[in-house]
Amino acid sequence: MDFANVKEVTYRVRRFDPDKDRAPHWEEYRIPYAPGMTVLDGLWLVKELHAPTLAWRSSCRMGVCGSCGMLINGSPRLGCNTQICELETTTVAVGPLPNFNIIKDLVPDLMPMLETHRQLLPFIVRDDHEEMEKPSGEFWQSPEELEHYLQFSYCIKCGCCMAACPTCATDPVYSGPMPLAQAHRYNSDSRDNGFTHRRQVLEGERGPWRCHFAGECSRVCPKGVDPAKAIQLMKRELVADYFKLREQRCPARLAETPKGVARREGIPEAPAPTVR
Amino acid sequence: MIRDAKLWTWHVLAGLVIFVFLGLHMLIMHLDDVVNIASLNPAGGHPIDWANVVARGKMIFFPVTYTVLLGAALFHGLYGLKNILFELNLGDGVKRATTVVLALLGLGLFVYGTWAAFASLALARSL
Repeated sequence: MDFANVKEVTYRVRRFDPDKDRAPHWEEYRIPYAPGMTVLDGLWLVKELHAPTLAWRSSCRMGVCGSCGMLINGSPRLGCNTQICELETTTVAVGPLPNFNIIKDLVPDLMPMLETHRQLLPFIVRDDHEEMEKPSGEFWQSPEELEHYLQFSYCIKCGCCMAACPTCATDPVYSGPMPLAQAHRYNSDSRDNGFTHRRQVLEGERGPWRCHFAGECSRVCPKGVDPAKAIQLMKRELVADYFKLREQRCPARLAETPKGVARREGIPEAPAPTVR
Repeated sequence: MIRDAKLWTWHVLAGLVIFVFLGLHMLIMHLDDVVNIASLNPAGGHPIDWANVVARGKMIFFPVTYTVLLGAALFHGLYGLKNILFELNLGDGVKRATTVVLALLGLGLFVYGTWAAFASLALARSL
């Protein structure tokens, strides 16, 4: 569709106010269109011109914070990262992400997802507690070891994968693609030693076993992360562990402080830590 | 309670067993023109000719493989069915009941099928 002559677009917005409405409903608004407008820009115009009470989440406006995940013309996407013209229609249907409860209008309740994420220990777990509490240096990691988890670390927790997952749609027990992919991200990190802790959850019915490998999570991810792949790799790792075939590794050791080297001229000192 | 990691692993392994044994079934019963295993169809002719059926029935190999295939197929199928049912958002009590019913059903069918397989061996040897 040629957007050169388009002056107006229609927004169909799914509205729901738990204090007033018994069920969500659609409302339509006409707003002026300008080249380069994103779906999020359009929502601001809707709010300014027609519906001042319209609620959604957004922050960075550049596809980094993961706040503005919403259902745009039937597909979970980031509002800030979606140009209206790429939808190839002058009607933009915007709803809250499916598979989440709605707090208000386009605001999904992400807390269950984030709680599951928390339970899967999305951070480096090591046995050297003193080093973890008071870090004295950096851990060795080769570029090859970095490649094992790098793409999974691009996740911004927007929830689009959870909204697209057919298993999440019917099974409230299933952890979902985001928490599982992030658990795999840390299990694959050579600095981490938390596999046995995460395994407590992953071996059970909240683990990756209900994944049908539909692959929708990977298709909709705005950051190009492949959660479906992470889940299959996680299954392989857990099965290998069951048969005692998983490679036992020592977490990466601390890099020694370089000796016999001098600081180059002109490199400023790092600023003092803001948190002590 | 057996954890899902173990059940899923055995589900996949059971699928592999089914693949191998159904492949064997296809070779013996349907691809005899291509791969003719003479010792399994000693009378010649078609694999379901009476003489061949009796000859195979006298071999211990068949009841054993039938039993393994039955066990694998029952576990694979019933575990798959359990997963489908569990995705219907069942309550914990219904889930437990479903697991017990499917386990008892599988066990019952396995015992009955094993008895039938070895009874056919005794029957064939009496002919």
